[in-house]
Amino acid sequence: MSASRISVRKTYKLWIGGAFVRSESGRHDHATRPGTNGDAGQVNIPRASRKDVRDAVAAARKAFGPWSARTAYNRGQILYRAAEALESRRDQLAAVADAAQVDAAVDVLVHYAGWTDKFQAVLGGINPVAAPFLSFSLPEPTGVVGVVAPDAPELLGLVAEIAPALAAGNTVVAILSEAQPLAGLDLAEVLGVSDIPGGVVNLLSGRRTELATALGAHRDLNAIVDAGGDAELGAELDRLAAETIKRARHGDAVASYEMAVADALERIDAVTELKTAWHPVGA
Amino acid sequence: MTTEQQRTSIVWDYAPAPEATDHVRLADRYGIFIDGAFRDPAESRYEPTLNPATEQPIAEIAWAGAADVTAAIDSARAAQPKWAALPDRDRAKYLFRIARLIQERARELAVVETLDGGKPLRESRDVDIPLAAAHFFHYAGWADKLRYGVNAREVAPLGVVGQIVPWNFPLLMAAWKLAPALACGNTAILKPAETTPLTALLLAEICQEAELPEGVVSVLPGGGDTGATLVRAPGIDKIAFTGSTAVGRDIQAALAGRPTSLTLELGGKSANIVFEDAALDQAVEGIVNGIFFNQGHVCCAGSRLLIQESVLDEVIAKLWRRMGRLRVGDPLDKNTDVGAINSAEQLQRIETLVAAGEGEGAHRRTIACDLPEHGYWFAPTLFTDVSPAHRIAVEEIFGPVVSVLSFRTQAEAIEKANNSRYGLAAGIWTDKGAKAFEVANALRAGVVWQNTYNHFDPTAAFGGYKESGFGREGGPAGLRPYLKVVR
Repeated sequence: MSASRISVRKTYKLWIGGAFVRSESGRHDHATRPGTNGDAGQVNIPRASRKDVRDAVAAARKAFGPWSARTAYNRGQILYRAAEALESRRDQLAAVADAAQVDAAVDVLVHYAGWTDKFQAVLGGINPVAAPFLSFSLPEPTGVVGVVAPDAPELLGLVAEIAPALAAGNTVVAILSEAQPLAGLDLAEVLGVSDIPGGVVNLLSGRRTELATALGAHRDLNAIVDAGGDAELGAELDRLAAETIKRARHGDAVASYEMAVADALERIDAVTELKTAWHPVGA
Repeated sequence: MTTEQQRTSIVWDYAPAPEATDHVRLADRYGIFIDGAFRDPAESRYEPTLNPATEQPIAEIAWAGAADVTAAIDSARAAQPKWAALPDRDRAKYLFRIARLIQERARELAVVETLDGGKPLRESRDVDIPLAAAHFFHYAGWADKLRYGVNAREVAPLGVVGQIVPWNFPLLMAAWKLAPALACGNTAILKPAETTPLTALLLAEICQEAELPEGVVSVLPGGGDTGATLVRAPGIDKIAFTGSTAVGRDIQAALAGRPTSLTLELGGKSANIVFEDAALDQAVEGIVNGIFFNQGHVCCAGSRLLIQESVLDEVIAKLWRRMGRLRVGDPLDKNTDVGAINSAEQLQRIETLVAAGEGEGAHRRTIACDLPEHGYWFAPTLFTDVSPAHRIAVEEIFGPVVSVLSFRTQAEAIEKANNSRYGLAAGIWTDKGAKAFEVANALRAGVVWQNTYNHFDPTAAFGGYKESGFGREGGPAGLRPYLKVVR
């Protein structure tokens, strides 16, 4: 009986503003499920448009205020919840990515869950100024962060760029692996059940160069984190960043847990601003 | 006798709102927890733990002796290298599990904390248990970031740590002690207080549920003799103690000449300073929270209230009116503000010092309220006309008793606030930020609250100056007592 059961297939969708949507353009691309061959492994995925990028940035901007206003402890709890949700879907994602990649992605989420209430003390501090003032410098999230994920490893490489941005209190618009977008699209379903508010993370599949340049050119984006590994695209993103003085960071595709956490502070620093406050003492 | 009674003019009568207890699973008897399992103490001694609100026994609790201390140290010693050798992120995962299990069992733990210790359920539910979970969560996150926390390239754990906690915040203090110790790769032996061992034993159950490796945490219930044996036992690399200054002094002396590392979080007689430019209604709420929170069984309680002379009468009038609204009684009632005194012994100590206050000529006011027939109770009490030399202005009462002193100038406030052998905490109430920071800088106290009081957070260091102890708990500073910098 079970052998003859007709399965219900999943329709892959973009994740924008907490909603699962098709591309407004109506376009689609093809993706192949790993470990399959021929037509059986072919699935349709949405091919996001420049308009989808703009919608995603608008959603991320709207979500930024409330997300950054949450306590660091609360953001840590939510990122940890995301790790729990990813762990519980380990088998599902291991069928798309590989299990070791999923495990590392879970651990990366846990690692950055632990940073939410710690990076302030490490990156900031009291300034012993030579005047009667209490002066202190504290890092704050920069705002909306654009992420260009590497082709591979498609899940770990994506999570390793998203997690530091979220830990610091930013919201994210990410362009998924062009070669293997399925794990990233599945990740939306994991994050969607992990108390991450709608719009805090937005995930777009499609043609990387088309989407990344639209994202990089967006005037309401504060920073771009590029792990796409395409030097030409990277240079173009730098030029676009200069238009509105966006923070730009380029890095290699993260291939291991160790690589994702070795430069954790640099990753967080790249998506934060340091604010120095002065307060009179006496008088 | 200068006692003055005030008719409480409560506007509404509250219907009783008792918290349900039927979801709590308690055994009749709890052994010691060693090697990941409960067992009988070597001398088979058990003592009842009482509900201080009813004087009824709740459960029989093992009383650990010298042989048990040795067994716990052997177990912790054997487990320590493996625990420290775990990948940092795996140690973190165990601590995250414990944090989550505390959250999952939060209401049960809150009820047990209230049954065993007498504190209002509102506090155990909203403060003790959530903060305990938060501490484990915070230090879980440090386990794989230790080098960042102390600015070092390589760190190492100390080894086996003995941790002795008091009865005022039993689970929370256990969390303050265990979470950083374990995160740093130490194994720990926890000695809960004689009158409040239950939540520490439930925490041992939680360690089992988390599948924490055997021997990483041991729990040795018992009395002062158990703690004294633990302190003096060979094979302990560090002692962390929270409790009275008298016992802390004994411990420091006992460890003289030994390489054992030590941190002490001791008593206090913290000044809560109200300036004339403060928002007085807000200040009164802060005064009440500062001294009546947890029946005043708080080492950092704002027990010395310093009020600027120009607003002295006004603040005292407001405070006295507010005190009349405090609801004293059944700790399990969700409307209760002030619960039971933790033990007969502590009640005796409070009564002795209050009698001394009256004897030395201070003016006592105690709110009128119906106290339950059984159990240990002390109604909220205010002393005015207190001289800085009175015992109630100098000694820690550790009860719901506040002593009011006055001052004229900022310099006098600072002088009086610092005129104490203690230096744990202080409060400052003023609308002028520049003044608040200037006073804060001048106070010799480990925690200074501005326009708030009794705020605690896992990210914020807590600990005292002077005879209030040394070492800090909370935040990256809380890692230092539990590790050594290799390079």
